[in-house]
Amino acid sequence: MVTQDPLRLGGREFRSRLIVGTGKYPDNATMQRAHEASGAQIVTVAVRRVNLDRTQESLLNYIDESRYTLLPNTAACYTAEDAIRYARLGREVGLSNWVKLEVIGDEKTLYPDTEGLVEATRVLVKEGFVVLPYTNDDVVVAKKLEDAGAAAVMPLGAPIGSGLGIRNPYNIRIILEAVKIPVIVDAGVGTASDAAIAMELGCEGVLMNTAIAGAQDPVAMATAMRYAVEAGRLAYLAGRIPKKLYATASSPLEGMIA
Amino acid sequence: MQLKVNGRMQQGREGLSVTGLLDDLKIHPQRVAVQLNGTILKRERFPEVVLKDGDTVEIITFMAGGAGEGGAAW
Repeated sequence: MVTQDPLRLGGREFRSRLIVGTGKYPDNATMQRAHEASGAQIVTVAVRRVNLDRTQESLLNYIDESRYTLLPNTAACYTAEDAIRYARLGREVGLSNWVKLEVIGDEKTLYPDTEGLVEATRVLVKEGFVVLPYTNDDVVVAKKLEDAGAAAVMPLGAPIGSGLGIRNPYNIRIILEAVKIPVIVDAGVGTASDAAIAMELGCEGVLMNTAIAGAQDPVAMATAMRYAVEAGRLAYLAGRIPKKLYATASSPLEGMIA
Repeated sequence: MQLKVNGRMQQGREGLSVTGLLDDLKIHPQRVAVQLNGTILKRERFPEVVLKDGDTVEIITFMAGGAGEGGAAW
């Protein structure tokens, strides 16, 4: 069922609708096992200076690039200019034109600077990038990103790393109705039910890092997230019953003893 | 000559190319991007670009990250 319902993104198809990060794991071996357990096919990476002291092992030793698509992000960029530069550097490193675009507007909330985000999207799309922008749950911005040529729109469910879940499902629903490009919830997920809710709303996928990496058992949580995303997607496709205030009997009244 | 590599001053010999610098630092050129004095160099140009005294070189790769985390690269 799930394999017949691929995620279509940037001209490619993926079996998995879960995108995972590489940050904050207790160690690289745990990350590798969590990635495996998640079933994810896309993993995000940061674009950073090579550590000349070499105290750390290379991250890429722990990611089998024949199995995973690396998605460079522009995390910690606070201007469109910086984000564009990081995207270009990421393309040189990874030889791929995909970018998870972040233009951060505020240090404390890590909310996006949507003005810079739209601007950077426009520039990078013109340069041939497949742009996946992290944005807030604002339909106006989502439409601007679509107009600018983004391959998807990735609204937050809650602040990055907060684990607060999908705080405004109605805003996500409005975005889903307003844009034709895939909507992927990026940030805010804390546990499996949050991921399921995002998928039940009709999102095309969920991107998360901290919820898995920061769990007491990241491998078990990665497994839970895999099932939650699949369950949520199936429930969405199945079509849920409407919510009603009063009971509706599920057993017939006929045949009762008088 | 003096070079600034990833924010650190270091000596380089005359005629050192970008490929030579990466070799000296034991960095495989396959998985890095190089920015020279603010301009990103295409990988194909690493062997031919010769560094000069006072050059600022940034050698960039992929590190662990999800979203929003970590400080800026430089």
